[in-house]
Amino acid sequence: MIHDQADYTREGEAVHEPLLSEKGEETVDVREESPLPDELTREELTLPAPSEPEIARHYTRLSQMNWAIDSGPYPLGSCTMKYNPKFTEDVAADPNAAVHPDRPDRSVQGNLELQYRLQEFLADIGGMDAVTLQPPAGAAGEFTGILIAKAYHDHHGNDRSEVVIPASAHGTNFATAATAGYDVVELPSGEDGRVDLEALEAAVGDETAALMLTNPNTVGLFERDIAAIADVVHDAGGLLYYDGANLNALLGRGRPGDMGFDVMHYNVHKTFATPHGGGGPGAGPVGVTEELAEFLPSPRVRETNGEKGYERFEPAESIGKVHGFEGNWLVLVKAYAYIARLGDGGLRDAAAKAVLNANYLAERIDLAVPHGPFHHEFAATAGDRDAADVAKRMLDFGVHPPTTKWPEMVPEAMLTEPTEIENRSSLDDLAEAFDLAYADADEALETAPNRTAAARIDQVGAARNPRLSWQALDEE
Amino acid sequence: MSGSPYAPHTDAETAAMLETIGVDDEEALFDIPDEVAFDGDFGIDARTERGIREECARIFGRNDDATEFLGRGHYAHYVPSVVGHLSDRAEFLTSYTQYQPEISQGFLQALFEYQSMLVELTGLPIANCSMYDAATALAEAATLADRTRSTSGDVVLVPDHLREGKRAVLENYCAGADLTVESYPMDDGTADVDALGDRVGDDVVMVYAENPTLRGCIEENLDAIGAIAADADALFTLGSDVVALSVLEEPASVGADVVVGEAGALGLPTSYGMGLGIFACREEHLRQVPGRLVGASEDAAGDRAFTLTLQTREQHIRKERATSNICTNQAWVALRAAIHAAWLGPDGLVDLANDCVREAADLADRLDAVSGATAPVHDRHHVREFAMRTDQPAAPIADDLADSGFLVHVVGEHLLQVCVTDLTAGRTDDLVAAFEEVI
Repeated sequence: MIHDQADYTREGEAVHEPLLSEKGEETVDVREESPLPDELTREELTLPAPSEPEIARHYTRLSQMNWAIDSGPYPLGSCTMKYNPKFTEDVAADPNAAVHPDRPDRSVQGNLELQYRLQEFLADIGGMDAVTLQPPAGAAGEFTGILIAKAYHDHHGNDRSEVVIPASAHGTNFATAATAGYDVVELPSGEDGRVDLEALEAAVGDETAALMLTNPNTVGLFERDIAAIADVVHDAGGLLYYDGANLNALLGRGRPGDMGFDVMHYNVHKTFATPHGGGGPGAGPVGVTEELAEFLPSPRVRETNGEKGYERFEPAESIGKVHGFEGNWLVLVKAYAYIARLGDGGLRDAAAKAVLNANYLAERIDLAVPHGPFHHEFAATAGDRDAADVAKRMLDFGVHPPTTKWPEMVPEAMLTEPTEIENRSSLDDLAEAFDLAYADADEALETAPNRTAAARIDQVGAARNPRLSWQALDEE
Repeated sequence: MSGSPYAPHTDAETAAMLETIGVDDEEALFDIPDEVAFDGDFGIDARTERGIREECARIFGRNDDATEFLGRGHYAHYVPSVVGHLSDRAEFLTSYTQYQPEISQGFLQALFEYQSMLVELTGLPIANCSMYDAATALAEAATLADRTRSTSGDVVLVPDHLREGKRAVLENYCAGADLTVESYPMDDGTADVDALGDRVGDDVVMVYAENPTLRGCIEENLDAIGAIAADADALFTLGSDVVALSVLEEPASVGADVVVGEAGALGLPTSYGMGLGIFACREEHLRQVPGRLVGASEDAAGDRAFTLTLQTREQHIRKERATSNICTNQAWVALRAAIHAAWLGPDGLVDLANDCVREAADLADRLDAVSGATAPVHDRHHVREFAMRTDQPAAPIADDLADSGFLVHVVGEHLLQVCVTDLTAGRTDDLVAAFEEVI
């Protein structure tokens, strides 16, 4: 089982795609043609000036050196790498939707209607009462949610200083709480991988603004004590925040709002299949209970009274804004299209097949999975092998490896989330890649990968001697 | 109920998989207590692909077809077809963050090239490969100032002419760092340098200026602003956009420590405010940069290779001590902007920016000739947009213009703001005629 990503070698020597700058740069004398006085302009500008055919070949070649969902399995745990339906691109490309955010309401009824409809979809799916679409990513959604919690406490005259976060949570949770000015109280994981109620009771108190929780958690376990957890937090006057990264497991079977969560974010690039774009853009809408709706970012969209239509408005106690305009609009359109395509039945089936696939794959591989029952993802352990090396070897077998060495509660973790899009034969291939790599000789692991566009890359050297531009390379 | 069209399991396959797992049905795989389980309906009817395309086309058809002479922070220029076709290649679009660089060289190189373009445009040696938008980039600059400045101050000084939404975002990030946002006055559309100089002292950690300003004016005193900030050991953050940077004074040459702003003016159509945040800075702040950085390294064969680097700054390693909480960013938009910039080349970029200056001046002249209007209000050079005074109240004029199919901003009781780009330059005759009609 061997897979060459891009075989461009010439007599054993790798043939690399040059940088655009290496294909030729031009320098323009800015002042020569400028309508501006010299003191307001730069002297010159030096940039590549490739022809369009050169551009087409350059980026096509680069694309051939890039793994993607459409290349093959991409079971990156906690990232929910689903197939991105092509038609959603066409829906979002509608020129009528390409409007300026400062248009008056009456001029932009179409966009407002779609925003309103998507808000309603998301509120229903999460069991929430009100939704903002503004946060441009999951972490921005977290920030929004924690700002809302802060505004809520301030509004009630409570100055609270802490946010409680399980040790196994996404790194963004900790960074978000800190960005919002809170002290982080880290909650150790219980022995079964879930929240330990006693530890929670000890951690939560008068200073607790919120508990941030992912459910199912980052090893795929449902927090079965969620009702009790909610009681502990609420009894202390805190709010319960739901990190939506793992919502795909719950679609149609459990809603954060029904579990006692007060505020949540949705990762539409995960749960609702909008393309991850090599790192973004995503979108991180936030849903809240009725009690928190007045704190949502501005503007929100509602139906107008009287004649049919939609309007923007500022919530009474709004936290203001978390994005300069309306968030990542084009992404939100794709999410609407995806949800509408699936409907109730499709959403429910997506969760079922995502959980089925994770359980089937875990059953098929030779690696142990310490914690269960898990849902859409599981943390296998590479045991006495180095999980990062096993992952590098998997690259030679035509799959993207899982997330490695995280969460830390599982030693040499390989956090695996195949999503619902893989069929059995694809999962069998994935399992074979796991097992071949896991059982391979030490040397094979340490020298992997061999079939990718680059061999093992020196990370330490990259950080020790940062070269972050072609200008930096030219200086050498 | 039908299943997901993107979950490819046949019934027989599902049955076989369940048997392998050793359970009777899919429900047995869920460990959700009854007390919190959901067994209701959302009430969302599944549609066909074609049905949704028709539905959304119908919805978007409810936007009117007004011509937008709108700017104030969200700008679009003609995006060549090559941008969409290449960036839509699934290898780019359907990939994620390059956690496995060996199999992600293509996107990493593209982002490295994007960073390099920003280095050239700003003159600063470090540029990350994206923030969400100009507003969040500005906010991240303020938290960087808080981390890096030795002054005991907590004031972030911003121009009085700052887009309201941008200031609101900045305030939200500043609150968590115990920073206070204050504004300094404008003098005829640009910074009042004397007032700024009087205001800046030990309590200031960052001075922010924009070029062009919110009113489209080219800032003429950047050197002086930079000197004022440097004297107080405050971070000098300059806001701009990727097109304006092609011709305006190089930020590094006027003492900018950080450059933020919009790069979405390339690569994106008008997109309801979706953006691409620029973040560039001096070498000394390298380890305090928010977000992703792509660096060049070597692979085991000794060949040049690219990788995400200095990740110990980031949330997935450093958690609450990270430089930012950003994870998912705007990488694909950065790819689009880079392709667009490559297609324009330096000649094309400079021409585009120069046209932004000429078109604005030309349109202002023509509107100024209309009785009852003065354009531009500010005696400055402009990029793309300018404020104009109307003898009659501005809001009703804008409403009447909207009825005629033209949108402009209302920025004061007797002030309009008009933005013109290559996308609308062909409609200026119609705008002027409509303006004459309604005024």
